Amino acid sequence: MNWTLDRATLRALLPAFSLVAVLAPIFFLQPATFSYFGIGLLLNLAVPLVLATLAQLAIITANDLDLSIGPFVSLVACIGATLLADRPLVGIAALAGCVLLYAAVGALVEYRQIPSIVVTLGLSFVWNGLAVLLLPTPGGASPAWLTSVMGYQTPFVAAPILWSTVIAVLVHLLLMRSSFGVRLRGTGGNPRAMRRFGWSLVRGKALLYGIAALFGVLSGLCLLGLTTSADANLALRYTLLSIAAVILGGGEFIGGRVSVIGAVLGATTLTLAASFLAFLNVSPDWQVGMQGAILIVVLSLRVLLQRRGGQR
Amino acid sequence: MVDAHALGKPQPLPSGAPPALIALEGIGKTFGRVKALADVRLEIRSGECVGIAGHNGAGKSTLMAVLTGVFRADEGTMAIEGRQVSDFDPNAARAAGVRCVFQELSLCANLSVAENMSILHPALRGHDWRRRATRLMLEQLDAIFPGHGLKGHELIADLTLTQRQMVEIARAFTVVSDPVKLVILDEPTSSLDAHTAAQLLAFVAKAGERGIATILISHMLGEIVQAAHRVHVMRDGRVAAVLPREAISHDAIVAAMGQELDAHAVPATRREPGNGDARATPAYQWRLGPDARARIDASRGEIIGFAGLAGQGQSEALLAIYEAATKARERVAFVAGDRPRDGVFPLWSIAQNLDIRWLLGGRGKPNTSARPFGLIPRVIDRRAASALTNTWTERIGIRGASSAAGILSLSGGNQQKVLFARALASDAQLILMDDPTRGVDIGTKRELYRLIREEAARGRTFIWYTTENDEFAHCDRTYVFRAGRVTRLLHAHECNEQSLLAASFADTEEAAA
Repeated sequence: MNWTLDRATLRALLPAFSLVAVLAPIFFLQPATFSYFGIGLLLNLAVPLVLATLAQLAIITANDLDLSIGPFVSLVACIGATLLADRPLVGIAALAGCVLLYAAVGALVEYRQIPSIVVTLGLSFVWNGLAVLLLPTPGGASPAWLTSVMGYQTPFVAAPILWSTVIAVLVHLLLMRSSFGVRLRGTGGNPRAMRRFGWSLVRGKALLYGIAALFGVLSGLCLLGLTTSADANLALRYTLLSIAAVILGGGEFIGGRVSVIGAVLGATTLTLAASFLAFLNVSPDWQVGMQGAILIVVLSLRVLLQRRGGQR
Repeated sequence: MVDAHALGKPQPLPSGAPPALIALEGIGKTFGRVKALADVRLEIRSGECVGIAGHNGAGKSTLMAVLTGVFRADEGTMAIEGRQVSDFDPNAARAAGVRCVFQELSLCANLSVAENMSILHPALRGHDWRRRATRLMLEQLDAIFPGHGLKGHELIADLTLTQRQMVEIARAFTVVSDPVKLVILDEPTSSLDAHTAAQLLAFVAKAGERGIATILISHMLGEIVQAAHRVHVMRDGRVAAVLPREAISHDAIVAAMGQELDAHAVPATRREPGNGDARATPAYQWRLGPDARARIDASRGEIIGFAGLAGQGQSEALLAIYEAATKARERVAFVAGDRPRDGVFPLWSIAQNLDIRWLLGGRGKPNTSARPFGLIPRVIDRRAASALTNTWTERIGIRGASSAAGILSLSGGNQQKVLFARALASDAQLILMDDPTRGVDIGTKRELYRLIREEAARGRTFIWYTTENDEFAHCDRTYVFRAGRVTRLLHAHECNEQSLLAASFADTEEAAA
């Protein structure tokens, strides 16, 4: 009994270990980064990725995979830089429409039993196409309020850390602690049991996809606030990064096993890894490979932990 | 049909007695062409424990699914405490106080013990739901399984199967806002040890005193004998017999389960063993199971049956034999019963599905041992392949589509014929069959039986696992499985329905101990 608890704890701590493993050499190589501004700079782009990761996490909770979150975040940024800036009401309506559409897609995936990968892969082109239609060339302008929110200097702790922590705690309470969230996770854990006890899976999946869209919208707006202008291809990398971050944070592709705090740590680790390699003057081409290497190392560790548990 | 139905007729109610908790009348349910339930009547009164026995596929689980609102009956009526209900779904069942412990458990492995409470109880919400859920769950666990050692925050995925079953059972008895009036226990002790199983049965008796009715479904007939006030024996989707308290015994239940088949038992079509010297030394011998305790041997031209209740290790034994035979370079083929999962290649044509096993064999050179997947790719002899397909399509009688059509254009029975042809058209001398006639109509079955006998006469050996007891009439010898072990070997002359049932349930008490 003790052993299983230890293993569970170890597993839960793995994302934190990987964060420290990336953070320590950064502080060692560049002691100047160990400061308010240094950390702010390092983690500058963490918040949008954290939000995109949570969007992915909502989908993975339902045993699905979202291959369209990157293009969706880009589309939101483009809506923000055009419609939302010029005609706020139309912009808000467009964003709300996107969320509803996502929820409808979730319901459709469950109702018709289509593989989510196929549906979201198709949608990724739709989102990308819409973004190009809205903003054929990079540009547009972030609404002033958005820029000032994202540029706000929080006291004592750098803004990205504060935002990430607040988001992590809130979503943890919603998805991991509340009875509402527990039932949503149940849809991923044992759909058949949920149906037997009278819960609607269509409704559950629609809710999870809707939550994912909500985080996608927040992610796109944050990204826009940081970059101040948009581009139809702004966040394409987020699709794979967000999946990587969820898995890095202790999530599993099937079975509804996810960890919100782990996923936030995972997203932070991946952001840091990129900054770290930039410090070392490693070209961006290699950064993706390096992120992949981190992922492989952490996942191997996890498999090792499971193997040892299995042997017992 | 024996007059079992007459036995099930309602006793005249003592006047003034409260209406039954749940009364089913004439319930029928059909899946496709299979009649899963027919004209079932069942009455449950508060505080009683009703045992339900029956062989696999007798309709027990379907009946429970109707009682819990998971399936809607096609015909018949249902009354709860005297009121007719028409719209019975899981929520209505919960409101009526019906709970179920499902055979294959309905816990979410990614949630904790306490969190799993929220799935059964929609009323668990608000800021302290977790604390209340933990308290209720622990109280119930303490009441049923004192000394369980759980704390409530453990993930189900980290628990043993026994602990999971304990949680599933305890959860069914917890009360948040809807009352508990009837708890259905579907094979509740399948992964409990003797100690916890005894705790459960003691609790069921105590719950009965408090007015909670239970339905106990179990292959451990000893448990039913001990706990039930009344036993309904099901057979082919019907209630074949109702045994009152004083008539319940192990033998009476087994007899009732076999009753119907005896009425029109299949005339056993015996055949002579393939060749005279078959008895001398068996051509095949395997040692299986834990510590290789089970010894199974087979001669050329023999048909060996694997019997017992479903899931007692027969399929595993077949796979182990397949593995051993492949390693020993025997020419072996496998006929799968679960067609969609491990039988057909759904996107391939009928011909491609048929000749795949033949392609893996040592074509045209019957004496060389099979070389699956040679290193050098060889060109397929299309003419030979299509000749083979034509021969077998005709011989086995595959009807309904041309051999170039997709396999899914065939009916289930014809798909199964293709799988048989796949094995028989190959060079295999040993053919393993994993419940191959599941969901196949009787006409097709007869054709397949004939084919198996013909091929056995030519010296092929068959090992045949089936859940249909009358098929053992075609077997020379039958091994009976129980909990992964061979418990009995029946020779053809002693292999009838009664002795099969007796052997399947033989060591029930031992297995529980």
